[in-house]
Amino acid sequence: MFDDFFIRALFVGIGMALVTGPLGCFVVWRRLSFFGDTLAHSALLGVTIAYTMEINIALSVFIISSVVALILLKLEKTTNLPTDALLGLLAHSSLAVGLVVIGLIATIRFDLMGLLFGDILAVNVNDIIIVWFGGALILLVLKLIYKPLFASTVNYELAEAEGMKPEKVKAIFTLLLAAIIAISIKMVGLLLITGMLILPAAIARNISSNPKSMVIFSVIAGLMSVLIGLFSSLEINTPSGPSIITAGLILFVLSLIKIKRSSQLKS
Amino acid sequence: MENKNNLLVKMENAGVYLNNKWLVKDVTLNIEKGKIITLIGPNGSGKTTTAKIALGLYKNISGKVEKYTKKIAYVPQKISIDWTLPIRVFDFMNLTSDLQNNETNEALEITGAKHLINNDLKSLSGGEFQRVLMARAIAKKPDLLVLDEPVQGVDFTGEIELYELIKKISETLKCGILLISHNLHVVMSKTDHVVCLNGHVCCSGTPISVANNKKYQELFGEDVSKILSIYEHKHDHKHGVDGSVEEN
Repeated sequence: MFDDFFIRALFVGIGMALVTGPLGCFVVWRRLSFFGDTLAHSALLGVTIAYTMEINIALSVFIISSVVALILLKLEKTTNLPTDALLGLLAHSSLAVGLVVIGLIATIRFDLMGLLFGDILAVNVNDIIIVWFGGALILLVLKLIYKPLFASTVNYELAEAEGMKPEKVKAIFTLLLAAIIAISIKMVGLLLITGMLILPAAIARNISSNPKSMVIFSVIAGLMSVLIGLFSSLEINTPSGPSIITAGLILFVLSLIKIKRSSQLKS
Repeated sequence: MENKNNLLVKMENAGVYLNNKWLVKDVTLNIEKGKIITLIGPNGSGKTTTAKIALGLYKNISGKVEKYTKKIAYVPQKISIDWTLPIRVFDFMNLTSDLQNNETNEALEITGAKHLINNDLKSLSGGEFQRVLMARAIAKKPDLLVLDEPVQGVDFTGEIELYELIKKISETLKCGILLISHNLHVVMSKTDHVVCLNGHVCCSGTPISVANNKKYQELFGEDVSKILSIYEHKHDHKHGVDGSVEEN
């Protein structure tokens, strides 16, 4: 069944959409879009290290992303700089360090474009296993922390006062973000992973009235983006990763129509 | 040790020192089951800080705080909901607990907000939101209820109703209530113990003893007369041995 490269791509894409849907909702709710971007940038350093030390890319990216995330949490507490400045600092400097390291190690030549945009059509059976098992684990953990994470997203102090341990779930959620970036970097690449996190959730926000329905719509929107993107890339021969995101963009524009309608109803 | 069992929070000389100044210091108070403690004091006197100390929201505090319950409900002074969150009153009611539908309905009915259950949280007015916040706290059936200015934005009749409600909650749920309020003259008559803050505990005791306290009178000036008048009104008759009212 997994012989065909397109079937493999479909399985990986679907697996990813199932995970980025719910995670993306929290990214949007917690205003972490730029944070995902920072982690994705730092992933380049992780990939470089994986190549030099010959270890698994996903593992290496996960470790580097987690370290960058922890540095951010630490800097937030110890400096007076606003979070967006710290995020920019970390994003650009980790990207730069990654590129410098690549330059230093002249023996390694790998496809930088492939890393930036990913190649979902090149995935193997191993990738499918990583995405589905890793994804299932991420979803399981997210389900376990859903209540306290949501409560602290709505109001941090309220959640903490009523015993929901917001600091702990924030750290766990950060690790989940690092994990999804680690397992999906090969498929959609550095620049598009935040797109997969944000677009489905943004589409869902336009058409939902409560948190649960937003999570469900976000998964559906992610699945539709993957299917439309992949099939159209096959038909009109466009790069698959960017096609998925473009499909998401088109869905987003369509979801605006629903907003327009409901605001007309109100007035 | 009956007293120990009724004790919910014990604060001894508690204080918070942040950014080179004391937000509040040397606060000693006990919150007990079935009792209402009211914190009063001018703006910036450390009322909210004291409540947050009791809730355990500060990492580094001086002094000692012991908490004997985990069933806590909190009504914060202000809460802003991000517009990126689609959240209805129903979802908000279940924020930190999993309520049965009838529990949700009941609590909203008590605070007069039942008709809002499917409304988006952002569409509520200030007063409506305050009622929902109260309902959410009641529905949790807490041991300790912390109310930070719970009636702001509520119209005057609603305000009196809500204070009556707070009194009723403490009686029916037998929970301890820590109440912060500006409206001294309404609050004072319904409370068991008053702590008057001004960066530190300025004075504390029963409402009437605080109202008579010199330090308190210096702090609040004209409001004092309003409170005293409530109490004086109460004392314009005598009680018979069986408790009946005898006219003078």
